[in-house]
Amino acid sequence: MTTQIGHNTDLPERAYRIRRNALRMGEVQGQGYIAQALDIADVLAVAYFHAMTYRPEDPHWEGRDRFLLSNGHYAIALYAALIEAGIIPEDELETYGADGSRLPMSGMAAYTPGMEMSGGSLGLGMSIAVGMALGLKRKTSGNRVYVLFSDGELDEGSVWEAVMSAAHYGLDNLIAVVDVNNQQADGPSTEMMGFEPLVDKMEAFGWFTQRVDGNDIDAVRDAFDAAKARNAGKPSIIIADTLMGKGVPFLEAREKNHFIRVEEHEWQLALSALDQGRTA
Amino acid sequence: MADIKTAAPEARTEAAEVRPKKKLTTSAMIASIASEGQETRPAPFGHALVEAARADERIVGMTADLGKYTDLHIFREAFPDRYYQMGMAEQLLFGAAAGLAHEGFIPFATTYAVFASRRAYDFIHQTIAEENLPVKIAAALPGLTSGYGPSHQATEDLALFRAMPNMTVLDPCDALEIEQAVPAMLAHDGPVYMRLLRGKVPVVLEEYGYRFEMGKAKIIRGGTDVLVISSGLTTMRALEVARTLEADKVSVAVLHVPTIKPLDTETILREAGKTGRMVLVVENHTVVGGLGEAVARVLLQEGMAPKFRHIGLPDEFLAAGALPTLHDRYGISADAIAASIKGWL
Ligand SMILES: Cc1ncc(C[n+]2csc(CCOP(=O)(O)OP(=O)(O)O)c2C)c(N)n1
Ligand SMILES: [Mg+2]
Repeated sequence: MTTQIGHNTDLPERAYRIRRNALRMGEVQGQGYIAQALDIADVLAVAYFHAMTYRPEDPHWEGRDRFLLSNGHYAIALYAALIEAGIIPEDELETYGADGSRLPMSGMAAYTPGMEMSGGSLGLGMSIAVGMALGLKRKTSGNRVYVLFSDGELDEGSVWEAVMSAAHYGLDNLIAVVDVNNQQADGPSTEMMGFEPLVDKMEAFGWFTQRVDGNDIDAVRDAFDAAKARNAGKPSIIIADTLMGKGVPFLEAREKNHFIRVEEHEWQLALSALDQGRTA
Repeated sequence: MADIKTAAPEARTEAAEVRPKKKLTTSAMIASIASEGQETRPAPFGHALVEAARADERIVGMTADLGKYTDLHIFREAFPDRYYQMGMAEQLLFGAAAGLAHEGFIPFATTYAVFASRRAYDFIHQTIAEENLPVKIAAALPGLTSGYGPSHQATEDLALFRAMPNMTVLDPCDALEIEQAVPAMLAHDGPVYMRLLRGKVPVVLEEYGYRFEMGKAKIIRGGTDVLVISSGLTTMRALEVARTLEADKVSVAVLHVPTIKPLDTETILREAGKTGRMVLVVENHTVVGGLGEAVARVLLQEGMAPKFRHIGLPDEFLAAGALPTLHDRYGISADAIAASIKGWL
């Protein structure tokens, strides 16, 4: 039985395969939050193939690290990682978003193995993470809670309530990652509601804070390692600056949008472009 | 800022509907509610609000990161300096709307119905309704109009806002009614919650010579076997049902109740009192606490006991899936309503 899978495997290759899975799901539906999936693939590769402990064949194993997808519309990205991790069979990606599928367009715990919360309504994950981290400590478990959330969620007051409480309770078993892709529904996040300087804010709230290029996989790996070092009883946050569409140059260059347009014929082009980047 | 065509997923969803292979199988957030070939009008709320705002300087527009998805971008383009982007913070949105109303402005505040009702309820209750402030809430994706799952299915919004003192609650049926509801909301002295249909909104009521009046239920078409009482999207469906059942020699009247609160009890009692008709309430809402229970109470209190039936969404967390699949499954598609009626007659 595997308890930790794939550590120190080829992380760029994992990230490539996560992107590939996501593009294939996007093609199935002709839509999806694909630009976000591409931007966060490197973070997910490090989380699932370097940082976290879990058993693919037993997603509810008590000894697992918890992973909360607070930004449930990123489900396509997490499904891609769960497929790569062997928690969901690869051929299931053909069902993405279809009636009766275990992979609905919005992440929901009851539908999908490995999905630890029901998302869709944003700004909830950090509160759940605080409770899980408290619960793990009560159980004297050495496991950690990881929570991924998006820069749009920084607007929600609930996030900051939870941020304050995590420091109050010294939750050094809590590691948050925020995807700063500078995009939300109505436009660029920093223009919708200024949230900078984010490092200063998080430090002032008592968190061990790192800011990295979220598409520099070595930097992301180092940041996870440092976060896991349980710094002086503080919760950890990794602020990951990412590029929407990362890995597919014509999508990276496309006008930034919450819901990026991909024409029917472009999915195959995107897959080829991704392959080219892999061999290059 | 990008224009709506490139921005909104429904542009893709609607385009996808002409390709049969991918037709209507997705649990996408935004799906079209128009029937095939139905006439639609773009962003009726946004355009009506711009028109109202030209004449009334007190109007401001506010949203919580859903301007493009509630047709408020039309207002933003026309009056950029009367538009407030509050970020994705629904509690702030309504608290700040209350503050602006205190200062003499009339905020039209938009988000999705789920977030107005569930996330921000206490803020609306305490900062707006308790002081009877003129904040006008336009809430998109009402009832079951998203296949995205419970997070975006506002199945209990009418129950929640009916239960809030001072709140007027509207559930318009089509583009025409939304256009007429906006000036009525403005003229009303107090808070209003309107279920918003946005994007390309069907035009349904024009051919009946309909005019919206706040607080008034109206007979859209007469009939002798069944009286359907409905609001919003289900009035659209009820009219389709009435047409198809004609062929089966079933005569269906449709009483449209766009103002859920205060309820037009007089018209409801008058119509339900005409003997020989089954009374059927159809609503795009949970069976708990919506129009159906409201109508039943009115009838019982008057001692009326017509044959009564109620179609609404079940008291459960609904599935994710394609909207037509879900409307069939939960009994509020035109086909499902027609089949229920035939079974009951
Ligand atoms: C509480 C809540 N409010 C509003 C929405 C509607 N919504 C869905 S995604 C989104 C943008 C959120 O920002 P972010 O996740 O950073 O967007 P992205 O990077 O994916 O473009 C909004 C406002 C929501 N899902 N939940
Ligand atoms: Mg973002």
